[in-house]
Amino acid sequence: MGLTLSWLSVIILIPLAGLFLRSLELSPEQFWNILSSRRTLNALRVSFGLAFAAACVNLVMGSIIVWALVRYRFPGRRLFDAIVDVPFALPTAVAGVALTALFAEKGWLGAPLAALGIKVAFTPVGIFVAMIFIGIPFVVRTVQPVLQDLDPEIEEAAGSLGASRWQTIIRVILPSLAPALLTGLALAFARAVGEYGSVIFIAGNLPNVSEIAPLLIVIRLSEFRYADATAIAVVMLVVSFVIIFAVNRLQRWAQSRIPER
Amino acid sequence: MTLQIAESASLVSPDARARAHAAAARDSLRTEPRAVRITIIALAMIFLTVFVVLPLVVVFAQAFSKGILAYLAALAEPEALAAIKLTLLVAAISVGLNLVFGLIAAWAIAKFDFRGKTFLITLIDLPFSVSPVISGLVFVLLFGAQGYFGTWLREHDIQILFAVPGIALATTFVTFPFVARALIPLMQEQGTQEEEAAISLGASGLQTFFRVTLPNIKWGVLYGVLLCNARAMGEFGAVSVVSGHIRGETNTMPLLVEILYNEYQFVAAFAIASLLAMLALITLIAKTVLERHLNEGQDARDH
Repeated sequence: MGLTLSWLSVIILIPLAGLFLRSLELSPEQFWNILSSRRTLNALRVSFGLAFAAACVNLVMGSIIVWALVRYRFPGRRLFDAIVDVPFALPTAVAGVALTALFAEKGWLGAPLAALGIKVAFTPVGIFVAMIFIGIPFVVRTVQPVLQDLDPEIEEAAGSLGASRWQTIIRVILPSLAPALLTGLALAFARAVGEYGSVIFIAGNLPNVSEIAPLLIVIRLSEFRYADATAIAVVMLVVSFVIIFAVNRLQRWAQSRIPER
Repeated sequence: MTLQIAESASLVSPDARARAHAAAARDSLRTEPRAVRITIIALAMIFLTVFVVLPLVVVFAQAFSKGILAYLAALAEPEALAAIKLTLLVAAISVGLNLVFGLIAAWAIAKFDFRGKTFLITLIDLPFSVSPVISGLVFVLLFGAQGYFGTWLREHDIQILFAVPGIALATTFVTFPFVARALIPLMQEQGTQEEEAAISLGASGLQTFFRVTLPNIKWGVLYGVLLCNARAMGEFGAVSVVSGHIRGETNTMPLLVEILYNEYQFVAAFAIASLLAMLALITLIAKTVLERHLNEGQDARDH
């Protein structure tokens, strides 16, 4: 018991505490100056903005995928079910080079898109694509078990009481899935905000345009500007804490709504 | 499905036919028009193909684009071999550490009640939600030249950062949750009855652990180790910050992929990447098999 706690402290708590201590060494003014510099603000904006947009796409597409996997039978269903986990399992650097090769101007998808005048690789759109890739399993895997366990009788009741199929989905199914959907959204967002490996290859990494916050941390570290790196990291860490907290609350909310079986 | 029921029902009694009709009517309440169904399936398949299948295929297509000989030659480079060796070493260290401490942590959380349990669980989950770059950064702040232990380490001539210990530490940090996370729900569900029985029959604590607890959770342990290993071998962000990118010495496979890619050595980069992609695929297949075992164990207990 004591061993567990001391190991956890050594490997997790002390390093994180070190980060916060370091940030306390900065005066509030210094801290503010670092964060309000144009490059930092733009990096944070790119990371948080695109991560949120990607998480929203994942919410919609993830719901469609879950619906198809749970409710319908089609050839290759089990295979598609299994490959949803690929973004979890594939090392991020591999995902990064693969997405870049795919969406580069001469790539399999990049070439037809370029013909349409859409440039993906080395633009913010590329970051968006990588974030969608990395986030999709989070929504699917949180919503899937909930939809599977949904009691069919509730839907039947709604239907036989005269609700149209659309009404049943919006008024009956969607509210039951809401906690799971929001949890999936939050997890996908958290992952996309901090994502590094799969993004930096396709991003182009142009300061103020397509530079993500984690990359800016790495750049500041390589310039030995530790204060800058620490300040950006603290902001991102606080956001992750808030997300964990929100997810825990969402889970509790979900549990309180499902009666004991 | 409903069609089959209706057809066979017409051969049987009117009673069965009535029931089949009722079933069909109920099913129709729970499904969508054919066109909607096809659209949804098509959307799901296209999305997964574009965003998941194609990137995977591209890795292998690029790796073999100059033929199998170029592929093998790229893997036989001393730099590649060094990276493979380092990756295996780091994965072995961090999986070993996390296996031992994940087991103890899960055991403590699942079988005992104590204050601060929720805090402990949050702590275990933390590395999942922290950016990998930040996971690397915290170790730079601790052990770097300007870090808290930096001066002491230099005086004693111990190299952690930009060396194997730093890489192993960062990897252990990032992969900490996997084993514990896989075991906590499993051990909680199994409760403490079997252990209590063993102890009351005279077994010692260690005997109980190895003869009762461990056999019960062996599939869960394997599951955790599997996922932990996959992440340990593939970790990029955290390792990239602490490694220092010394060629042939502190480059793991994912880092080598980056270096080769930035040098436009695409075949070599994708050759290494293909090994990692294969690792991911094998992990997924093994995961599916293990999940079946875990579910079977659960069903056996339920009945």
